Amino acid sequence: MSSPKATLELLPKSVQVLLGTGALTLAAFPFVPLEGTDFYLQMLSQMMILAIFAMSLDLLQGVTGMVSLGHAAYFGLAGYALAFLTPADTPISLWWALPVSALGAGLAALVIGFFVVRTHGIYFIMVTMAFAQMVFFLFFDNKELGGSDGLYVNFRPDATLFGWTGIDLENKTTFYYFTLAVLVLVYAFLRRLLFSPFGRVLSGIRVNEHRMRAVGYGTFGYKLAAFTLAGSLAGVAGFLWAAQTGYVNPELMGFHMSAHAIMMVILGGMGNFAGAIVGAFAFEYVMHFFKDLTKHWQLLMGGFIVLVVVLAPRGLLGLSERLLGKKEH
Amino acid sequence: MSEPLLCAQHLTKRFGGLAAVNDVSVDLFRDRIHAVIGPNGAGKSTLTNLLSGDLPPTSGRITLNGVETAGHSPESISRLGLGRSYQKTNIFLPFTVWDNVRLAAQARERHSPWNPLRWLGRADRLSAVNQRCERALELAGLAPRGPVVAGTISHGEQRQLEIAMTLATEPTVLLLDEPLAGMGQAEAESMVALLQKLKKDHAILLVEHDMDAVFALADQLTVMVNGQVIASGTPTQVRADPAVQAAYLGEEH
Repeated sequence: MSSPKATLELLPKSVQVLLGTGALTLAAFPFVPLEGTDFYLQMLSQMMILAIFAMSLDLLQGVTGMVSLGHAAYFGLAGYALAFLTPADTPISLWWALPVSALGAGLAALVIGFFVVRTHGIYFIMVTMAFAQMVFFLFFDNKELGGSDGLYVNFRPDATLFGWTGIDLENKTTFYYFTLAVLVLVYAFLRRLLFSPFGRVLSGIRVNEHRMRAVGYGTFGYKLAAFTLAGSLAGVAGFLWAAQTGYVNPELMGFHMSAHAIMMVILGGMGNFAGAIVGAFAFEYVMHFFKDLTKHWQLLMGGFIVLVVVLAPRGLLGLSERLLGKKEH
Repeated sequence: MSEPLLCAQHLTKRFGGLAAVNDVSVDLFRDRIHAVIGPNGAGKSTLTNLLSGDLPPTSGRITLNGVETAGHSPESISRLGLGRSYQKTNIFLPFTVWDNVRLAAQARERHSPWNPLRWLGRADRLSAVNQRCERALELAGLAPRGPVVAGTISHGEQRQLEIAMTLATEPTVLLLDEPLAGMGQAEAESMVALLQKLKKDHAILLVEHDMDAVFALADQLTVMVNGQVIASGTPTQVRADPAVQAAYLGEEH
């Protein structure tokens, strides 16, 4: 019989300790006196944003069993939304630009999802990719939408809340902490969702959709809701990305971006959101490491992914559970 | 006799030129077990699939608890009070026995995938669901096996789990596709006892190869060969039917 515990939902103590340590390290990092702190702050901010993006995909890929090869479309759309919403001469309020961008991405996911969640397996992979390519070329081919060059986001959003200006996102450290807070919030939300009635149904659909329908679940609605929610959360990540880099281009919604997200989730371990975070950090770290090493870094990257899949079929998290778990007994 | 809970009339299912089920009619009543027997390929499972909505019939009518259901989706037919078990064990292998049944029991709660409150509540705190789940496990004799992963329990227990999941949805009509398949003697006996217990509150269609069980349980018997009904009646009548003896029972009895 194939391994009955294909995904790791309940996180063992060892993994929880690992995650807690990671979060504390991230929180303490800006205080570390390091040469080029600014550079590292930006890099870590980007890693955290990609971790949010990877978690949003994990809701589909690891939890519901729907491997979307077009998830970057929603990431990119929210980034473009911020670029269009931001006026040329003044920043826009975070408190309505963020919800509008995330909802916009969610709306796109709702419309596209309405067509794609009817399909299964390889067909689902194909149609999600096809729709994402349509979105990609819509922006790539239209000068009014920025074309292949993309658009600048002239100002980071203004986080003034009822006259309180405590959060200044133009400050790199503040932006870093803001991103960390969003990361923790999204993680807590998704963990909670995983064990909710809704989350249990999504897991059931992954394992055996046919039986779910036989006991009375209209699975279409659940899958569409999950697809829409995942699109909105990808939108939150894309919004932060655009705010952080100050620049959007069609690559953000391109095929590579979608494929990277899938690899991050597989690398870390699917179906528990913690794996997606670990995977995003590991993927980015290894990629930068290889990029510094050689211009043929993609070759090494491919080898690395193959190695992980062979040696740790449940991802780095599954591997660490196996290694740390053994010591506990 | 009272009204049938499920009434199927002149059901036909064609796959191209082949009529897998040809003009079959069945009525199911509460407190009655209606057994369907026949050699492999007779169309028994296809008939079950037509009744449960897994396949749409080519023609014919199905009425379940007063509602016309031919061509409806499996989920809507399930919600009208039909529960089915599968010939090939069809459960959630990576989940615990409890979670398998709990998920089935949750299917009778309100379905609101778009309600954010349902994203944040805890599934294991739904008390009505937990009660249904407990009751179904108790009935199927699996109560002590709740925390065990379903993929690791014995085949016989997996068959019991099939039934427990079906019961957790509180159906009025049960379609059981070979519930005894691959069971040992002792397991088969306890399953027969369970079906006898369930009969009181349910209308049951039983597809089964085990003739001892069929003749012990069935109130009504339908014999299918090549998609067609060749005999239908009480077990005694069917046993005496010359066509049946020639086509089917003759080889075994």
